[in-house]
Amino acid sequence: MLNFDTELNTNGLNCPLPILRAKKAIKTMEKEQVLRVTATDPGSLKDMEAFCKQTGNELIESENQANEYVFYIRKS
Amino acid sequence: MSHSKQNNHISSEQLNQQVEALVKHHLKNQLPQQLEEIENNKTPSLSIIATKGTMDMAYPPFILASTAAALGWDAQIFFTFYGLDLLKKDFNAKVSPLGNPAMPMKMPFGPNWLKQMDLNIPNALMSNIPGFENMATMMMQKTASNKGVASVEELRGLCIEAEVKMVACQMTVDLFGFKQDDFIDDVNDWVGAASFLPIAQKSDICLFI
Repeated sequence: MLNFDTELNTNGLNCPLPILRAKKAIKTMEKEQVLRVTATDPGSLKDMEAFCKQTGNELIESENQANEYVFYIRKS
Repeated sequence: MSHSKQNNHISSEQLNQQVEALVKHHLKNQLPQQLEEIENNKTPSLSIIATKGTMDMAYPPFILASTAAALGWDAQIFFTFYGLDLLKKDFNAKVSPLGNPAMPMKMPFGPNWLKQMDLNIPNALMSNIPGFENMATMMMQKTASNKGVASVEELRGLCIEAEVKMVACQMTVDLFGFKQDDFIDDVNDWVGAASFLPIAQKSDICLFI
């Protein structure tokens, strides 16, 4: 588990809620802070990648654990 | 010496030719790079024309616009005709199986084996039962909440929060005898087609829903 500053749980929510919530969370964070997002939406794998690419935030790591996906995003 | 004389006597025509060649050479090198830079720094934009007010047709504009806004794009929805219903204060979108034969629904309630069954109820039967629209709407809402999908009203709120431009067609408002007061306060603008078209032209993506 990486260090993170804020945690966001989007388990049980489907597209587009995970990235919408992520965007909201990142807005309240400061630069260089890390957001840890958990999601169960299978689409979130690609969505988070696209979201980071488009908004210029860094997707440090994405894990695919037993029944959930975990993403670490650094606000850039 | 002879070449110093040549340096002093370069004709203006030769000078022009040399300058032109130099400019062309620079353009060839610099222009693609500059264009690419402009292209990459440009904020993508999305315009949507929402013309339907049923629940199933409310999802696409709100999901696409809110997602585009989440990606940092400029997003705008132009609500016209039945799409105006989506901007109403007492917004209550329904879904109708009538005219939607490709709508095999699964039961959102009950035991698991029932939830998995594809129920192909023929249109002729569905549309003749009074109150079926309300039931279909309720089932669709329950299915959405079961699967963790936001309700249309929630998505509308998210769009507004994400600063998606919500634009209403003034002509339709007049046509159907609505008042601006019937609609939510967050409507950004009341315009006509002539105002919307130039914006649509500049958008990277324009969708008719």
